[in-house]
Amino acid sequence: MKGTAAGGLHMDATMRRGDLTVRLSFSVDKGEVLGVLGPNGAGKTTLLRALAGLAPVSSGHITLDGEVLDDADSGEFVEPCDRPVALVFQDYRLFPHLSVLDNVAFSARSKGAGRTASRQAAAPWMTRLGLDELAGRRPGQLSGGQAQRVALARALAADPRLLLLDEPLSALDAGTRLDVQTQLRGHLADVNGPVVLVTHDPLEALVLADRLLVIEAGRVVQQGTAAQVARRPATDYVARLVGLNLYRGRVDGQQVTLPGGGSFVVADHGHHGDVLVTVRPSSVLVSARAADQPAPTGMSARNTWAGTVAGLSMLTDRVRLDIDAHPAVLADVTAASVAELRLAPGVPVWMSVKATDLDVYSSAES
Amino acid sequence: MIGPAVVGVAFLVLPLVGLVLRTPWRSLGSILATADVAAALRLSLLTATTATVVSFVLGVPLAWLLARSAWPGMAVLRALVTLPLVLPPVVGGVALLLVFGRVGFVGQYLDHWFGITLPFSTAGVIVAETFVAMPFLVVTVEGALRSASQGYDEAAATLGATRITVFRRVTAPLIGPSLLAGGVLCWARAVGEFGATIVFAGNFPGRTQTMPLAVYLALESDPDAAIALSLVLLVVSVAVLVGLRDRWLHSGPFR
Repeated sequence: MKGTAAGGLHMDATMRRGDLTVRLSFSVDKGEVLGVLGPNGAGKTTLLRALAGLAPVSSGHITLDGEVLDDADSGEFVEPCDRPVALVFQDYRLFPHLSVLDNVAFSARSKGAGRTASRQAAAPWMTRLGLDELAGRRPGQLSGGQAQRVALARALAADPRLLLLDEPLSALDAGTRLDVQTQLRGHLADVNGPVVLVTHDPLEALVLADRLLVIEAGRVVQQGTAAQVARRPATDYVARLVGLNLYRGRVDGQQVTLPGGGSFVVADHGHHGDVLVTVRPSSVLVSARAADQPAPTGMSARNTWAGTVAGLSMLTDRVRLDIDAHPAVLADVTAASVAELRLAPGVPVWMSVKATDLDVYSSAES
Repeated sequence: MIGPAVVGVAFLVLPLVGLVLRTPWRSLGSILATADVAAALRLSLLTATTATVVSFVLGVPLAWLLARSAWPGMAVLRALVTLPLVLPPVVGGVALLLVFGRVGFVGQYLDHWFGITLPFSTAGVIVAETFVAMPFLVVTVEGALRSASQGYDEAAATLGATRITVFRRVTAPLIGPSLLAGGVLCWARAVGEFGATIVFAGNFPGRTQTMPLAVYLALESDPDAAIALSLVLLVVSVAVLVGLRDRWLHSGPFR
């Protein structure tokens, strides 16, 4: 997973912003897109600001292609304007007084090119991102998707050796999002250096990133490929994002004991000690439970436990039940089942899960 | 509600109407051409313009400091530098006299070491006007710097712009309309300055007698001249208001 020593981005540093201390250590190879996923306030933007040089690290260092960008020990610090790093801000920050063309030409102009030369330098990027027709417009006259493209063109035109993206799609409406997402993936594939993309949207991360770093409260809680993270979440935050029920427990043979009460019977797995167990909401079977009725028997499912419906929410093609029990669980049922079983908050139910539908993995593995 | 409002409008507008009605239109040209009146006009233009230039040189960096510095004492500093906005100008004049007067604790050294005497000189008029008018510029520009968010500065820096380039190509253009508005406000306030000027610089025709001072003096000896000068000041004020209509009364064009 680690990049080679010379090329790419290496960071091993502590950053402070307000009360939050962000301690991160990672590498990104050239041409690799690292997705940094985390809830609001986890330290994602703090990380980007440190990489761009807008705030110095408080200890540790950042190197890019072997050159030191920031080193708290030696005091080396490359000013943002001297870093070969471009940042696409979440709110784009297009200069409102400049045309689209002059926004894209800004970096060339900053580096000393004249008006005409800088516009010429911007021209290929304008064409590449399909902005030629918008060249004369002011940022105030652009749609969200267009502004996003201008912001990306402006950053790419700076010819960065490290590209940073802060929630690149969050300011877009759902329709535009899908379009931009596809285009963005294409453009990121063409970037020479490493790309760091920060987001709290798992879909954005899964689609755009080669590898994920999940951070919470300033610490890395999980890293791996998008598929690994999505299949085997290490924390409740990630589990919620990818829509899985996640439990921590201790395994003994086929029995997993949960500290919060309850236990699961799981299939053969070969793990010992502390494990994580996930189950898909769609794998949880829900049946009616009359008072004092014994647990249903004669089922193939080896896990059955009692609970009470706490809430219902409509998903596109099914209803998600939030069920109070030991352990609590999210279960997906069809709208027809909701009607048939008369499910509503407060209704008692049985839940059943097949042992083979429980995925067991050690907490260290993820 | 309508009644008091109408009275309010009348109260504010009638005096101006009265001034226009009483203006000796036929002899207006000759009055403004008399030596004393022409000198007051010239002096007012010179001193107010110089005071505005000085305010730009000192006030824009000050506004930048107030807007961008996170130093905890900044709130107190802001209150102090904007105090002349609410301070009676006469008090300002007295304070200036105490500091820059011949025996003032700065003035005596200016006099001893450089032979510079500020009070009762044209330079003194400029000092008094700058003292009173500069806060208008500072407050206007500071507000603009605040709303032209630092985000644009940061974006420019990540695109390779040095601090000076950032100011030249991003910050200054963004606050341009406010620089203009602040400058005009500052200039208008300087033209109208009376209290601090008469205390600190006195009332010497041709040297320290600006238009407002000339109006005050002429009111006893030559009311027509006073009215003519007042009309000039009224026209200047109206011109300033019309000029600022878009930029000052509404927000800037970029928001």
